[in-house]
Formats: sequence, C-alpha cells, structure tokens
Amino acid sequence: MATLDLAGIRKSFGPVEVLHGVDLAVRDGEMIVIVGASGCGKSTLLRIVAGLESPSGGRVAIAGRDVTALEPAERDIAMVFQNYALYPHMTVAQNMGYGLKIRGLPRAEIERRVREAAALLGIEALLDRRPRQLSGGQRQRVAMGRAIVREPKLFLFDEPLSNLDAKLRVQMRAEIRRLQKRLGVTSLFVTHDQVEAMTLGDRLVVMHQGHAAQVATPMEVFERPADTYVAGFIGSPAMNFLSGRLAEGGRAVALGAGPLIRFADGPRPGQEGEPVTIGIRPEHVRPDPAGLALAIDLVEPLGSETVVHGRLPGGEALVVKLAGAAPRDGALAVALPPEALHVFRAEDGKRLDP
Amino acid sequence: MERKTVFKGRLLPYLLVAPQLLITIVFFFWPAGQAVWFAFLRQDAFGIRTSFVGLENFQDLFADPLYLETLRNTLVFAAGVSCIALGTALLLAVMADRQIRGAGLYRTLLVWPYAIAPAIAAVLWIFLFHPQIGMLGRALNGAGIPFDYKLNGNQAMLVVILAAAWKQVSYNFIFFLAGLQSIPKSVLEAAAIDGARPAYRFWTVTFPLLSPTTFFLLVVNLVYAFFETFGVIDALTKGGPGRATETLIYRAYIDGRVNLDLGMSSAQSVVLMLVVILLTAVQFRFIERRVHY
Ligand SMILES: Nc1ncnc2c1ncn2[C@@H]1O[C@H](COP(=O)(O)OP(=O)(O)O)[C@@H](O)[C@H]1O
Ligand SMILES: [Mg+2]
Repeated sequence: MATLDLAGIRKSFGPVEVLHGVDLAVRDGEMIVIVGASGCGKSTLLRIVAGLESPSGGRVAIAGRDVTALEPAERDIAMVFQNYALYPHMTVAQNMGYGLKIRGLPRAEIERRVREAAALLGIEALLDRRPRQLSGGQRQRVAMGRAIVREPKLFLFDEPLSNLDAKLRVQMRAEIRRLQKRLGVTSLFVTHDQVEAMTLGDRLVVMHQGHAAQVATPMEVFERPADTYVAGFIGSPAMNFLSGRLAEGGRAVALGAGPLIRFADGPRPGQEGEPVTIGIRPEHVRPDPAGLALAIDLVEPLGSETVVHGRLPGGEALVVKLAGAAPRDGALAVALPPEALHVFRAEDGKRLDP
Repeated sequence: MERKTVFKGRLLPYLLVAPQLLITIVFFFWPAGQAVWFAFLRQDAFGIRTSFVGLENFQDLFADPLYLETLRNTLVFAAGVSCIALGTALLLAVMADRQIRGAGLYRTLLVWPYAIAPAIAAVLWIFLFHPQIGMLGRALNGAGIPFDYKLNGNQAMLVVILAAAWKQVSYNFIFFLAGLQSIPKSVLEAAAIDGARPAYRFWTVTFPLLSPTTFFLLVVNLVYAFFETFGVIDALTKGGPGRATETLIYRAYIDGRVNLDLGMSSAQSVVLMLVVILLTAVQFRFIERRVHY
C-alpha cells in the first residue's frame, strides 16, 4: 500500500513527444482510471510507472521513494496486461508463484499464498492447468491472481478487460472493483471505455494527446468537464456543442441558433460578444412546445428512451435523448434549460465558470 | 477450415505429381533399394562372382573394431558440431533479438556461411588453421603451442568440428531468431515486473519457450553432422590423420568408391539410413506431442 506521485512526466519516441508533462498524485488505496482515446499515451504512461519505459523527463515516486531510475523488479508493483501475458509453459500455480519464487519465499509459503489468491478468484480447480487450456475469462483471473499473490505496493492494469466478451467484461469489472476495495491496493487502471472508467475509478484522469485534460472524480468529470474534449468524451450520446457569444456583460449567451439564454449560476468572465461554446447533454434538452424548432434527421428508439438527431434553425446539429417515444410527425420543439448549460471559451475550449 | 481442390478426372492429379514422384524414385528409392540389396551380397576380389551372404556383411561390420572406432568418432563429431552450432547460433540470435534494428545487416552477414560450398568453406578453414600458412595455426605455433591438425588426431577432430559447425550456425541462427521474435514481448515484461533479472528470465522463460525450436534444430543438426559433412572432412583431413576424423558417412564412401567393397559399403549405408529414419521418427513423434504453446 502506497502513494504514487508523477511529476512532469514527458516521453518522446525519437522526435515525437507523446507525453507532454503529466502530473498526478495518487492517494494510498485509491483506484485511478486513466481514460482516453486510442493513441493518447495511456499505455506509455502506465509503462513508465512500471519501469518498462524510461521517461524523457519528470519523476516517478512510489510511497515517497523516487523510483525513476529503478528497474521494474525493484519497484514492487504488479501489472495485468491486455493479452494477460501468462507464461505459456507454466501451470496456473507456477504462473502465480513465479514472482514469489524469485523472492526466495519457502515453498510452503508460496503454496499457501497461491491457494489463498486462487480461492479469492475462484480458480482453485485450475491450478494444474496450463494457460492454453483456459478460456479468456479464466486467463484474466489467473493474470489477476499473479498480481495479487505478490502483495505489491501498486497494481497496474492496461486494458485488462478489452479482450473479453461484453457480458464477462461487466462481470469482471465489478469483480476487479470489489477486489481492489477489499485489498486496498493503490491502483492505476487504463481503459478507452468511458463506462469502465466511470464505474471503476475513485478518480479519473482523462488523457488527451499526451496531456491530462482533467483529473477528478467521475461525477465531477461528468458534471463539470474541464474542457470541450472531456465534455465530448464522457457521456453517451456525446454532449451537444453550440456556438454563441457572451451577452449582457457575461450574464447571458446569444446562441447562433437564435435565442438569448441567461445563465442560471451567474455571469461568466469575458468581453461582451466574446465567442463561446455552449455544451448541453442530450438528456438535458427538454421538449417544449414554445421552444426552438428541431428538424429531425434520425430517430433511434432504445426501448425505454429515444435518441433524436436533428438540426436547429441555424443549421447546427443537436441530439436529444427523450424519455419515452419520439413524436410521430417529424418535428420537435426543444428548450435548453439554463441550469444544464456548460460554458467553454471558444478559443481554447476551456471551461468558463462564474 | 480445410480447402480441397476437386479434380474432374482421375488422371490429372496423378499426372501432376508424376514428375515429383519420378525424381524421388529415380534419385532416391532406386539407389536406396539397390543399397539395401547390395548389403546382402558379396563380390569376390576380382568382381566376377556375386553371391548372396545374408546378414554376414552386417556381422562383419559390427565385429570390426575399426568400424566401432569410426562410430565413436561420429558420435564425438556429431555431438561437438551440434553443441557448438546450436550454442553459437543461440548466443548470436539473442544478441540480434535485443538490437533488432541492426539485425538486417547482421542477419545477412550471418547467413552467408550457409550459402558457401563445403570445399570453399574448408579452404577458408585451411587458411585459418594450417600450421604453416594459416593465421591461427601460425600464431599458435609461434606462441609455443604445437598445433598441426595434419598430425594430431584430436586437433584434427577439433578443426573439422569447427568447420562443420560454422556452416550450420547460420541456419540455426535464423530459426532461433524467428523463435525469439515469436515470444510475446509482454511475457518477458511480466517476468521483469515479477522480479526476474535478465539471466534468470532467459533460463526460466525464454529458453523453455524456445525448446520446440531447439529440439527441431538439434535433430536437423545431428542429421547434418551424420550425413552432410562428407565434403568438409574430405577437403580438410580426408578422414586422417590415421582414422581420427573418419566418420560413418566418410567410411561408407571410402569402402564403396576407393576399396570397391560394395557389399560392406551398402551395409554401412543401410545402417545410416536406419539412423536417419530413427531421428526423423523421434522428431515427428515429438512435434506431434507438444511444441505449440
Ligand atoms: N515503442 C514505441 N515507439 C514509437 N512510438 C510509440 C511506441 N509506443 C507507443 N508509441 C506511440 O505513442 C503514442 C501513444 O501510445 P500508447 O501509449 O500505446 O497509446 P494508448 O495506450 O493510449 O492507446 C502512439 O502514437 C504510439 O504510436
Ligand atoms: Mg494502450
């Protein structure tokens, strides 16, 4: 059990910099999920923490000790890989005991710990099998077991669920969360799946092109996204973005689509007429006979709710999630409730708060 | 899914395999069958009368202490060649695997020996080891270590082993490198995180995962040492000094071509064929049993 501190982590592969200075302070026992689109540098960051890559700049400290220059073996961490990376020529028990054997633990102790971990994961019956005789879900459990028995300071997960089918993924997700809570081991979990991120993390790191765009709890990220990238990345269907300009001394926005909307929570800083981006989530858009006319292009019924894609008078696209069925006549009038608006500076996409 | 091509007539498939079959029959089964037949015959000294003698040729062969010495030579030679060729190739492959970017050039250089004819290869080794004109030979003698593989049997054996192994290193290297590259990088990384140092990682993860390749190559190398090293030995030592570097294949040739004792030579060929069949069978059995991780 330990804290993890990253300070100004940079990484270049040849001339290309893929991490541009990432800072992160992970508390003892916390589960941090690093989420972002493919290629944004999540795995690279995780591998730097593991010691499999060395950073071009910055510092990694585990439990307050600077480990930047240490080998993976000296960091006392465990990692679960996307392809599980089990040793193909060893049995499940040998796979799990490999790290303990290296540390010179007595055989009886190794056996006891392996059995304990296997019981925790429900794989006692598989201890004598080899990886190729296991299903994907079973391999996943063995990989977890191999991490657990070591009782490391830090768990690292690199998209461990993405090779599983949808149902198993949901099940393992819950199981990993339960296990992590129970063992209380500080963890970093990498995923590109926002649902996984929201459900697993105590806090999220939303990565975008080698930067940490936002570090916050899942609800904070959802309710107060730091920029338009985060706002669009978290939430499904994705948040709508409409262009507008600040009006009434920052107390309102004049939307390109027509109406002037007064902010519910106070004035935003900025010049009169400064261009802004207004974000609103599809589920927060309200049908309102007195509202804006929406020309509907596409209706996606999902059973309990319906997603409607359409265009506002100015031509901007808007997605609406309605409880219940869609109107039949192909037209819908909607209102944008002031309390559900997110305001971002148009210039750099950063959030503007009152 | 298995894809099968369906031919309309009966004849076409046979016609298509006929050339291959013909070549195999004319150049392999025919001479092999002849060898087996000759192994049971004996000609008189003038080559006039031939009589059927049953297993006598084989009995004589195994009663001959010189043949047993040749057998011992062959075992030493084959073991030496295989160990050196495999060990060197594995070492080079591990080094190449680490720096795979430079491996293109490295690989090309290493493959050359394989493309060199045995006679030319032997000349290279003569230039190296000849006591008067060879670089190493002269250096050794100059340093007060008497070295002459034309007089000293053990030194001769060492030279032919090195020359024969050198030729096989390239082949082994290619297979080892391919084997190393097929080990998922994440497995080795997992071992590193589990705390294994490079050497321990090699012996507990890399080497076991390479074992199918190693076993395959071991058989190939043994077959090579047993049967395909005639050229190297003939060019370097001609089996000498005395009989110090005479191997089974070399002696079969001498008995047949030089001593014109076709019966004995054929009996030796049959023994050699049995060895090949045995090695191949072992290999097939093994490959069927495990190998694929
Ligand atoms: N060993 C490497 N050499 C060169 N470029 C790399 C290497 N590893 C990753 N990259 C590049 O770094 C970027 C981030 O990769 P990665 O961290 O694997 O992304 P993610 O895990 O978020 O999908 C990608 O553009 C990738 O091409
Ligand atoms: Mg990745």
